[in-house]
Amino acid sequence: MEIPFIYYLVISAVMFFAGVYGFIARKNMLAILISLELMLNAVDINFVVFNRYLYPHALEGFFFTLFAIGVAAAETAIAIAIIINIYRNIKNIQADKLNEMKN
Amino acid sequence: MEYSIIILALPFFMFILLALAGMKMSHKTAGLLGTAGLLIVTILSYMVTYQYFTMPRVEGYRLALQPWNFEWLQFTDKLRIDLGIMLDPISVMMLVVISTVSLMVHIYSLGYMHGEKGFQRYYAFLSLFTFSMLGLVVATNIFQMYIFWELVGVSSYLLIGFYYTKPAAVSASKKAFIVTRFADLGFLLGILLLSYYTETFSFKDLISGGQCMSLISSGATFMGASVTTWALALIFMGGAGKSAMFPLHIWLPDAMEGPTPVSSLIHAATMVVAGVFLVARLFPIYMFDMAVMELITWVGAITALYAAIVACVQSDIKRVLAFSTISQIAFMMVALGVCTSTDPHNGGLGYMASMFHLFTHAMFKALLFLGAGAVIHAVHSNEMSQMGGLRKYLPITHITFLIACLAIAGIPPFSGFFSKDEILTAAFAKSTFWGVWMTGVAALTAFYMFRLYYGIFWGKEAKHEHAPKESPAVMTIPLIILAAITCVAGFIPFGEFVSSNSTAYHIHLDPTVATTSVVVAVIAIALATWLFAKPGTKPERMQSALPSLHKWAYNRFYIDNIYQFVTHKIIFGCISKPIAWFDRHIIDGTMNLLATVTNAVSYSIRGLQSGNLQTYVWVFIMGAMAIATLILILI
Repeated sequence: MEIPFIYYLVISAVMFFAGVYGFIARKNMLAILISLELMLNAVDINFVVFNRYLYPHALEGFFFTLFAIGVAAAETAIAIAIIINIYRNIKNIQADKLNEMKN
Repeated sequence: MEYSIIILALPFFMFILLALAGMKMSHKTAGLLGTAGLLIVTILSYMVTYQYFTMPRVEGYRLALQPWNFEWLQFTDKLRIDLGIMLDPISVMMLVVISTVSLMVHIYSLGYMHGEKGFQRYYAFLSLFTFSMLGLVVATNIFQMYIFWELVGVSSYLLIGFYYTKPAAVSASKKAFIVTRFADLGFLLGILLLSYYTETFSFKDLISGGQCMSLISSGATFMGASVTTWALALIFMGGAGKSAMFPLHIWLPDAMEGPTPVSSLIHAATMVVAGVFLVARLFPIYMFDMAVMELITWVGAITALYAAIVACVQSDIKRVLAFSTISQIAFMMVALGVCTSTDPHNGGLGYMASMFHLFTHAMFKALLFLGAGAVIHAVHSNEMSQMGGLRKYLPITHITFLIACLAIAGIPPFSGFFSKDEILTAAFAKSTFWGVWMTGVAALTAFYMFRLYYGIFWGKEAKHEHAPKESPAVMTIPLIILAAITCVAGFIPFGEFVSSNSTAYHIHLDPTVATTSVVVAVIAIALATWLFAKPGTKPERMQSALPSLHKWAYNRFYIDNIYQFVTHKIIFGCISKPIAWFDRHIIDGTMNLLATVTNAVSYSIRGLQSGNLQTYVWVFIMGAMAIATLILILI
C-alpha cells in the first residue's frame, strides 16, 4: 500500500519549522547554516512529493530539486568560507556578536 | 554752471577717502585734507552764488536752473526718480550757509578735536554730512530730497554718537534717530500722497502750480480733511521732526552729547533748518491750504514760547543754546506760517523774513556754539556753575560771544535785529495777536541769552585747578570770521536775492515794530543784567518766588517723561510685550512642538533598526505568517 500524500507534507512541515526555529533561536552561525539547510530540504521534499502525486508524468519537480540541492551545496561552501573568515578576524561566530559595523 | 556738480562730488569723495584710508593717515593729514576739500567747495559755492545772482532777471523773476538732472530710476512712464541739481534763490542761499558754517567748523575742529581718538572718522563723518546737506538743498525733486534727508539723519546719528563709549551719547544718538525717523514716516506718506495726485516728484512741476491743481481739484477727502491738507500736514510733520518742533523737539537737547562743533554745524546752523527749508521749498503749494499754514503758525508759536521758557532755567550751557535754537527755528516757522500770499509786497513778507533769519541765525548760532565750545574747552565742563568771570581769561571768545548774544537778542546793528524785525513785521501784518506773542518770545530770547552770557563771563568766579587759557588761533579765527559776518550780515539787501516769488523786495524797517522790539529787548537785557551780572542771591530769590514754574521749566515741562511713559508703559508694556509673548510662546511653541514630537517618535522607533539579523527574520516570518493567515481567513 502506498504511503498517503499527507504524511510527506507533515514531515516536510515539521522539518521546515524546525529549521525556522533553529534559524531564529540559535546564535552559532554554523547552527544557523544547518537550520537553513533543513528548510531547503523541507522545500525539496515538497517539490518531489507534489510532482509525484499531482503530475506523475512530468519531471520538473525532480529537476528543480536537483538544482536546489546543487545551489544549496554551493551556497553552503560560500557560507562556511565566510564563517571561517569571520572566525579568523574576531575569534567568534556568535551571530549577535557580529556588531562591528554598527554605530 | 555745470561745475556745481563738484560741490556735491567733492565732499562725497572726501568722505570715501577719509573713511577708507583715514586710519592710515596721521590726524593732521586727515584734518587738513577734509578742510582743504571743504575750502574748495566753499569757493565753488560762492562762485555759483555770484553767477546766479548776477544773472539778469526774467520779467522781474529769478529763474530756477537745473544744470544737472539725469534719470536715475524709471519704473513706469510717469513714475521716475531723477537726481540732479537745482539752483534757485533759496538753494543757492543755503549753499552759502552750509559751506561757510561747515568750513568754519572744519577749521575749528582742528583745534577742538585735537588728539581725540577717531579724529579721522570725525572728519569723514563731517564730509558725509556736508555732502548730504548740500544734496538736500539742491535736490531737483522731492524724492531726491527725501534720500538726502535720510542721509543727514544718518550723519547726525553718527556724529551725536561720536563718543560711542559714553552711554549718554549712545542713547542720545538713538533718540535723535528714532524721533526724526518717526517724523520722516509722515514725510514719506506725505510725499506719496502728494505725488499720487500730482503724478510728479519734480519740484519744478509741483511749484509751477498746474500740477498741484490736480491735487486740489481731486476733491478726495479723508477723515474730514481734504487730501491736500493731509499731504501738506504730513510733509510738515517730517519737517517738524527735523527742525525739532514741539512735540517732536525732544531729541535736540539730548543731541548736545555730540562734540560741540557738530552741535554747531548740524544742530544749530544747517540740518535743523531743513524743516524750514522744506516748507519754504514747497511754499507755493502750502499757500493753497490756509489750514496747514495755521497749523504751522501754531506749532511754531508754541514751540518758540515753550523753548524760550525752558531755556531760561537750564544750567548746561549747550542745552540753553539747544533750546534757543529750537525757539529761533520756531520763529522761522511762524514767519512762514503767517504768510497769506506769495507776493512779498502783500502778505508774503514772512517767507523772505524766514529765509533771512535762517541765514543770519545760522551764522550767529554757529558762532554761539563755537564760542561755547571754546569755553567748554577751557574749563572742561558744560555746567554754568563751573564758569563765571571768564571774560578775563578768554577775551576773544568773550567779545565774539557778546556779539552773537546781541545779534540773537535783536539789538541793532547786528544781523539778528534785521531778520527778527522782518519776522515781527510779518507777524504783526497777519494779526496783532501773533505780533505780540512773538515780541514776547523775542524778549525772553534776550533775557535767557544774557543770563547765559553773564553766567559764563561775569558773576562769581568758579574755582579752577589751573587758570583757563584762551583757545589756539585755529579755534579763535573761525569765531572772529563768524562774528564779522554777524556784524555785517544785517545790511545785506536780502530781499533782492530771496523773496517768496523771487521778485525784488526792498527791505524797509517798520519804525514802530523796530522800536518796540529793541525797547523790549533792552528791558530784558537790563533785567538779566540786574539779576545775573553781579554775584548775589537775586536769582535764587526769584526762583523761590515761583517754585513750581521753575521746577516745571527746569524739567522741560515733563515732555520727556511723557514720552518715556508713552513708549515704555503703553507701547512697550501693553503692545510690545504681549506680541513678544505671542511670538515666543505661540509661534515658536508650535515649531518647537513639531520638532519635539518628531524627535520623540524617532527615538521610540529607532530600536527596530537593531542590525540583528535574527530579529529581522523573526519579524519577517511573523509578518509572512500573519499575511498568510489573513489570506486564508479572507478566502
